[in-house]
Amino acid sequence: MHSIKTVIIAAAAAALLSDSALAFPYDFGRPATKEEMALWDIDVRPDGTGLPPGGGTVAEGKAIYADNCEGCHGEAGQGGIKDRLVGGQGTLATGHPVKTIGSFWPYATTLYDYIRRAMPYPAPGSLSDDETYALVAYLLNLNGIVPEDARLDQSNLAKIRMPNRDGFVPDPEFRTITNSR
Amino acid sequence: MTKQPPALPEPQRGHLQSRRGFLAASTVAAGTIVSGRALADSLADVPAREPGEDLSGLSERSPFVHISRIPEAGPGQRNVDPGDAINSKAPLDKLVGSITPADLHYERSHAGVPMLDPAQHRLLIHGMTEKQLVLTMDDIRAMPSMSRTVFIECTGNGWENWHKADETLTVQNTHGLISTNEWTGVPLSFLLDLVGVDRDALWMLAEGGDGAAVARSVPLTDEVIDEAMLAYGQNGEPLRPAHGFPLRLVLPGFEGNMNIKWLRRLKFGDRPFMTRWETDRYTQLRPDGKAEQFHLHQDVNSVITSPSGMMSIRPGYNRITGLAWSGHGKVTRVEVSTDGGASWHDAQLNGPVLAKAQTRFQMDWAWNGNPSRIVSRSTDDKGNVQPDRKSFLERVGATALFHYNAQQTWRIGADGSVRNALD
Repeated sequence: MHSIKTVIIAAAAAALLSDSALAFPYDFGRPATKEEMALWDIDVRPDGTGLPPGGGTVAEGKAIYADNCEGCHGEAGQGGIKDRLVGGQGTLATGHPVKTIGSFWPYATTLYDYIRRAMPYPAPGSLSDDETYALVAYLLNLNGIVPEDARLDQSNLAKIRMPNRDGFVPDPEFRTITNSR
Repeated sequence: MTKQPPALPEPQRGHLQSRRGFLAASTVAAGTIVSGRALADSLADVPAREPGEDLSGLSERSPFVHISRIPEAGPGQRNVDPGDAINSKAPLDKLVGSITPADLHYERSHAGVPMLDPAQHRLLIHGMTEKQLVLTMDDIRAMPSMSRTVFIECTGNGWENWHKADETLTVQNTHGLISTNEWTGVPLSFLLDLVGVDRDALWMLAEGGDGAAVARSVPLTDEVIDEAMLAYGQNGEPLRPAHGFPLRLVLPGFEGNMNIKWLRRLKFGDRPFMTRWETDRYTQLRPDGKAEQFHLHQDVNSVITSPSGMMSIRPGYNRITGLAWSGHGKVTRVEVSTDGGASWHDAQLNGPVLAKAQTRFQMDWAWNGNPSRIVSRSTDDKGNVQPDRKSFLERVGATALFHYNAQQTWRIGADGSVRNALD
């Protein structure tokens, strides 16, 4: 049983809430904690936002590649049963374009993001942050983008300029986003 | 005692076994998926009535109906081991109307089909928002809902015919990466308000709970805000695992891979996140070596589904029928040519004609027995007209791989055989 007074207070509260976009005082879900968000917040953006601490070298990456990647992507990133990862630079405007990390990918950060979320195929998410840095270093070295003694980390990965960085032209409709919100 | 249902694919029991010799559908006539058709040529030959099978909890298809998807890999990679398949194509030649049964809806999955327990599934919404929320499926199903009938189409649909036309292809091979379902879920706009998305957040990262953690940046245009939904239902039932159970994004008119399946995270930002799928994968390489990015709408398209590849027809009356669609809006016109595009005739549109849904069309035709080429072309309410193959290739080039929407030609030989052709 609610007293008349309680009902009036509830109505006043509802009226206050209706000033926001929602007409009802919905109570769906619960606040996400910082700790759990950190577990899922895996995207890495071109400016380096999202890159974790740690680092890895080309040499470390070579060993990790042999153990985790070579079975599908072949020795040194080509000749495997899955996507070729190396070479193809200069082929994009020909009748037989070869799209690889070195010839096509515009951002090195995307490589970090993709390996961390999706590779190796049988056990996505199983590589440590350091191992992921090392793999990125190795794959970029195979493509002639970083030297053999490179060590990649939070401070330098996003600064790498990929050969096809300017190779993408956004559809005019989505170049500038506006909405009525 | 519960009787065992008839085993598929061959009828095994009772009167389902042959009366006059069961004839398997070895020759496929236009539009025929039901074996044993036209066996009874006198009413006396029609099997007598008798009590039927027990009622069941799940109604199966008739054992006389042979209909299924085809798992395939990339262009030209057919009859692959299911473990190597990257998509499974809908049997457009065997479907009627405009709705696809849920179990025959085409599929493109990037790391297999995860079996997710809805009790353990969570949706995280964060980024440029007032509130960062974790939602359960109970939360989401309790929210105000909407339903809408729309197509979803893989950007690769049609890619078999970029360079050559394999004569043995059916319309399932050439155009089976599209389906239309009624989707039910929560409007995206409700969630934007619920978490208080920042006015400066113009892009939304949507991420799946599959092994590939497929993630796409979705532009927050008015079209997306007004039409997108987080769907938990398809054709009146919970999503099938292949289509994202327990939750997927549905973006009417947008390329299939953006309709993120097994959705578990939405993150709001002020610019695109540049995931692998919107850079390396689903972009359109142009002849000059640059790639068109964020070509997100599925363009105006159509295909004749009967008569179509590997069917055969007889001279005389033939109904030409097919499906038309556009990710930009509603189909307003479908024209059919029976002389390879020299002359065109308006086809009839079967209702309901819905925006961003497949529309069935049909046209009467009397085939005179001479070699013919039948083609369809569609127009949408934004004025987009489906291009012929030549002008499409002139504009787009031959290496784009995705968003092939050129007119499809079926060549009919003097013997009535129907075959895939470039033009």
